[in-house]
Amino acid sequence: MSNLLLLLVVLLTAVALVCAGWGFGVWLSPRSYNPLKEETYECGVPTRGRSWMQFRAGYYLFALLFLMFDVEAVFLFPWAVIANEMGMAALYTVLFFLVVLTLGLAYAWKKGALEWK
Amino acid sequence: MFDFSVVTTWIDEGLRGIMPASGAIAIECVLIGVLLLAVYAVFALVLILAERKVCAAFQCRLGPNRVGPWGSIQTVADMVKIITKEIISIRHVDSFLHNLAPFLVIIASLLAFSCIPFAKGLQILDFNVGILFMVAASSIGIVGILLAGWSSNNKFSLIGAMRSGAQMISYELSIGLSIMTIVVLSGTMQISELVESQNDLWFIFKGHIPACIAFVVYLIAGTAETNRGPFDLPEAESELTAGYHTEYSGMHFGFYYVAEFVNMFIVAAIATTVFLGGWMPLHIPGLDAFNQAMDYIPSLVWFLAKSVVMVFVIMWFKWTFPRLRIDQLIRLEWKYLLPLNLVNLIVMVLIVALGWHF
Repeated sequence: MSNLLLLLVVLLTAVALVCAGWGFGVWLSPRSYNPLKEETYECGVPTRGRSWMQFRAGYYLFALLFLMFDVEAVFLFPWAVIANEMGMAALYTVLFFLVVLTLGLAYAWKKGALEWK
Repeated sequence: MFDFSVVTTWIDEGLRGIMPASGAIAIECVLIGVLLLAVYAVFALVLILAERKVCAAFQCRLGPNRVGPWGSIQTVADMVKIITKEIISIRHVDSFLHNLAPFLVIIASLLAFSCIPFAKGLQILDFNVGILFMVAASSIGIVGILLAGWSSNNKFSLIGAMRSGAQMISYELSIGLSIMTIVVLSGTMQISELVESQNDLWFIFKGHIPACIAFVVYLIAGTAETNRGPFDLPEAESELTAGYHTEYSGMHFGFYYVAEFVNMFIVAAIATTVFLGGWMPLHIPGLDAFNQAMDYIPSLVWFLAKSVVMVFVIMWFKWTFPRLRIDQLIRLEWKYLLPLNLVNLIVMVLIVALGWHF
């Protein structure tokens, strides 16, 4: 069987697993209504305000850095497959690319982007 | 080595003999789905029990020992209990995203799980970009976790999800780069070929120093990727109650629980496949009698034994090291593991180009 068909089978299996577990849960579990039960979980006191609010920018900074390096990883994978056959040429061709990237990392490091403030 | 594709072709031919090809394919699809579900569930149950037993042993306790012999069906009882618990719907949640999140987490986990080569020919998905697909598929789980935290409308969940996102995307890099180090050595990304090419020697021995460094980096990053062990700050109980799944209850929570444990096995299985030879027995060039003796042990046993050791190591981490702070976690990845990995990659290319590997 082709791999794509198998991929579809696995995807459907995953969806079926969640649906089945959820369905059984809803079917077998008791249900009772209580206004307190519907409240957002907090340590015994009512929550103040919504939680869809501003939060620290540090997370975005790391998301951006991640994007840069992850795209780099995707570019490097095809190179890694043939690096074995290319020999020393593989090193020369990719060294420039890696040096530029490392400069980027060094710049981010120097600017303090890698510190958790 | 026994090739499991003999069994699958036998079933395929048998089915094609008694019905048209489309019917045979349909039945095989259902068979694969059912088998996958069964294996997935069994792994989850066994791993949860193993975790509790190992944890108990580390803390000089007995662990579960009442339900069944040595507590062996404790987790089955737990699963029955969790299914019969009410799924509470909270008033202020974004209900569409709240319900979508478990699907993504399970899809990611199951996709990666179906790529694992349990034995020769015993593997569902075998793409030519296999190992990249496996890493990519398992990272869909991050989206599920972020959605779960965001949609819960709870500050604990939000902080937990954001920490989890930052942690998982950071350590994703180390996973990718350490696997790439081995891809440079092997010259292939297809998982079955990756295992086959370790016929003479496992990659961790073949690539000696850089492979060992990549292995250690992979283990650290893999542990962080599963939100476990010293890296469990997304769900740090003492600070965040339960992190991103605070608002989930009943079986809805059960999905996260199951996926977390199977993800631990997936990390162990990737470590086994990429570094420790997968289902390939221990072969040492030159010792033919030894190699033949090793071949008598079935490949499934080899694979499971190696992954169980890796799972034990990951559990060992959890019960040995104290939890990291988030700044330590970020520093470890971006200032130590990532530069180390880049240098390690260059060293590996040098070694491969100069032929200094075994």
